[in-house]
Amino acid sequence: MKTQLVKLVHARSGDKGDKANIAIFAPDRATYDILVREVTPERVRVHFAGIVSGKVERFEVPNVLALNFVLHGALNGGASRSLRSDALGKSLSSALLRMEISTS
Amino acid sequence: MKSVRIAGGLGFYGDSWRPIKASIERGNVQYVASDHLAELTLAILQKDRQRDPNLGYTRDLVPMLADLLPIAIPRGVKFILNAGGLNPLGAREVLLAALKKFGLKLKVGVVLGDSVLERLDELQEVGVSLAHMDTGEDIASVRERLLFASAYLGARPLVEALDAGADIVLTGRVADAALFLAPMVHELGWRWDEWDKLAQGMVVGHLLECSGQATGGNFGGDWRSIPDLAHIGYPIAEVWENGEAVISKAPGTGGRVSFDTLREQLLYEVHDPAHYLTPDVDVDMTTLQMEEIGLDEVRVTGATGRPAPETLKIVAGYEDGYMGQATIGYAWPDALAKAQFAAQIVQQHVVETGLKSEEILVEYIGYNSIHGPLADPAHAADLNEVYLRIAVRCTEKREAAKLGRLLTPLGLSGPPFIGGAGGMTEPRGLLGIWPTLAPRSIIEEYMHVSVEEAGV
Repeated sequence: MKTQLVKLVHARSGDKGDKANIAIFAPDRATYDILVREVTPERVRVHFAGIVSGKVERFEVPNVLALNFVLHGALNGGASRSLRSDALGKSLSSALLRMEISTS
Repeated sequence: MKSVRIAGGLGFYGDSWRPIKASIERGNVQYVASDHLAELTLAILQKDRQRDPNLGYTRDLVPMLADLLPIAIPRGVKFILNAGGLNPLGAREVLLAALKKFGLKLKVGVVLGDSVLERLDELQEVGVSLAHMDTGEDIASVRERLLFASAYLGARPLVEALDAGADIVLTGRVADAALFLAPMVHELGWRWDEWDKLAQGMVVGHLLECSGQATGGNFGGDWRSIPDLAHIGYPIAEVWENGEAVISKAPGTGGRVSFDTLREQLLYEVHDPAHYLTPDVDVDMTTLQMEEIGLDEVRVTGATGRPAPETLKIVAGYEDGYMGQATIGYAWPDALAKAQFAAQIVQQHVVETGLKSEEILVEYIGYNSIHGPLADPAHAADLNEVYLRIAVRCTEKREAAKLGRLLTPLGLSGPPFIGGAGGMTEPRGLLGIWPTLAPRSIIEEYMHVSVEEAGV
């Protein structure tokens, strides 16, 4: 079964220079395990094609049931030199929630 | 067991201090730690200082303390603020003058030594490359355009100021969370090699440094479930000698402190959670536990630390051209198609008039200005209205200023049904950020703390 991430998790993103991080938070261990399997750094990189120019790293944070993604080259050079409306990447988190993953 | 109660202050220059009143009046706190400096803020302060060398600090300092001191002083509440920005001594001067006017006899501590702009030659002479931390690029390419360069100091000089009896500590750039670690070390007597306690302290500081983001603001979960955001309480931490902490907020305030609101803030602007590098300790967040122990009460335990890094981070900012931007709105029917058509006209005119830009960005507000290429096209054909926003990146300010003139004629000579044409805004100076590293010993050599009592 396919489910959009917005139905499974909540998320927050932040900026540091030209990098953004997006953390997604699972409600329980079973969902967390699905996220670890499905939301790979490679899938996140492909998801953000046209927005993120560099690599994507993923850090597992099981003690708070979270995955933390670091997106390099994510902010058009960084908040203070970006031309974008979302210069700080605050809404990159919600853009990730559009991703559909297999939950079965 | 001894403990200390600390209130989260502002989360940025421009934030509201109204919720801090509740923390002081009803939160039983001993300290307020307030973060006024985002990466971007120093650029704003630099512009202030260029206009007037007495400025360069965040100008919310005096109005905020004028509001808060009358309720803070009877309760013995002390303040730690990085409102000094690029000019902590200038900040002290205006603060001492204000305290004198109010007839308040308080001790003001100042921490200096974070600004290294004047020391860059010296740093390079002793072998610090100042190369870009991520790309390895040579700083020579931006050196002439630098506006500021500030090292992130740790909590030690702040503790020194508190130990010397300061009621108010003013700093420039320090690690945000260090503003919070300082009163813990001062009150609880932690040693600088008690890594796990320092790590707990830094985690607590990190949770509190963004004001309402810990208490239900900007909450990515069920935001409708957060009570009374209009009267949100900022976070309060109680921290015990052994490092254990409970995060809460003042009674009677809105917002929420829960496992969910706090874990969102825990990872905010964090990269590797197992190595959250701070000037005072290398923090491992993956060992900690957060547990709801009551309504709006979460216990935080178990963060672990490794020895502090030998280098400190410096963030420099340099002038990086100008942005010109302009908007114009289009109404249904075919709102998006009209805005797209208008964008094509403007782009042709950019070429034909020879406007010199390095980058052009086209966004459609109401459709994709926030999500960009990830916007869902499902309803694109039937939107009620769409704003075209065009932005250009130019080396020269006068080139950036030309963009607005290309949009205004669309009012009579473009697609139909416009509204809210906001063509002509002043070009905005863009700022490049240059993160780099330097050995701690060289930076700390210039660290200086002084405490002065306001005359009455």
